[in-house]
Amino acid sequence: MALVDHRRLDAADHLSEATAGDFFALLKPRVMSLVVFTAFVGLAAAPAEVNPFIAVIAVLAIAVGAGASGALNMWYDADVDAVMRRTASRPVPSGRIRPEQALAFGLVLSALSVMTLGVLVNWLAAAMLAFTIFFYAVVYTMWLKRWTPQNIVIGGAAGSFPPMIGYAAATGHIGLESVLLFLIIFLWTPPHFWALALFKSEEYGRAGIPMMPNVAGEASTRRQIFAYSLIVAVAGVLPTLAGFASLAYGVVAATLGLGFVFYAWRVLVMPDADRQMRPAKALFGYSLLYLFAVFAVYLADALVARASGLV
Amino acid sequence: MVTLSAAQKKAQRSRSVAIGIALALMVVIFYIATIAKFGPGILNPGM
Repeated sequence: MALVDHRRLDAADHLSEATAGDFFALLKPRVMSLVVFTAFVGLAAAPAEVNPFIAVIAVLAIAVGAGASGALNMWYDADVDAVMRRTASRPVPSGRIRPEQALAFGLVLSALSVMTLGVLVNWLAAAMLAFTIFFYAVVYTMWLKRWTPQNIVIGGAAGSFPPMIGYAAATGHIGLESVLLFLIIFLWTPPHFWALALFKSEEYGRAGIPMMPNVAGEASTRRQIFAYSLIVAVAGVLPTLAGFASLAYGVVAATLGLGFVFYAWRVLVMPDADRQMRPAKALFGYSLLYLFAVFAVYLADALVARASGLV
Repeated sequence: MVTLSAAQKKAQRSRSVAIGIALALMVVIFYIATIAKFGPGILNPGM
């Protein structure tokens, strides 16, 4: 009898208390929102007519694929997430979801999103989504993140692909304009994450993640942030220089880029003794605004050009 | 027989509702997408 009672207790203990909200949190909804937006811009600004419903499915599939890679990331990174205050409350390190549940959830959603994009939209976009999930989950999470301070430089490619996937979903090919959108996000990623790494360097150090401030030092990181900000500012106006966007877009992007350089300059001259690191926090916030604004203006520019018959 | 705690019951219900909604959404998506891709003629039986 005692044995039966024990089995009852054990079985009940193994039943999950994870809610649907916990599984939704595995998808990293905040990261997903940026992916959805940039993928939508890549799709909507592409010079092609797409059935609106198919367009919605394409963006949805890309969003689910991005979420799936987030779940795989949380499965693999549960050990480091547990020691960082920013990530300790995530579903896996907090014990609400078991690692194998997160892995299965990520794998199923990966397969589902790629197959849906392939069957209902096109297989080039599906192949690019599959590669993006692989790049984020395997190349970045399993390999680069714990190995090199260039982790987010190379790994940033994963977050840069969504507008290219959106463009490929609309047109069926890879256009130079979508490569320029990729480039803007790719070059934006290092200063964005290094700004965060500056004021979270202690946590990254405790978790053993070789972020740039922990490896090269804060002064070197600040110089690299500034150098990247100059390149981002130039990359932002490339669509105009290459003839894919109007002068109006170019002027707005250049202005936003100057703002980026200004915030990065404040980080560059930030005193070593400043542990509050307000300039780094301000750059982190501005960088999010910058990316959103550049893509929003690019989309508006493309829609205006189409409405006025220029494209 | 396993007796669920109140928290486990609540979580299970939340997961069941989410799975139900997701599956229903998937059916609707594939139904409309089929018509969008192949046209309404896909619904007519072939002669």
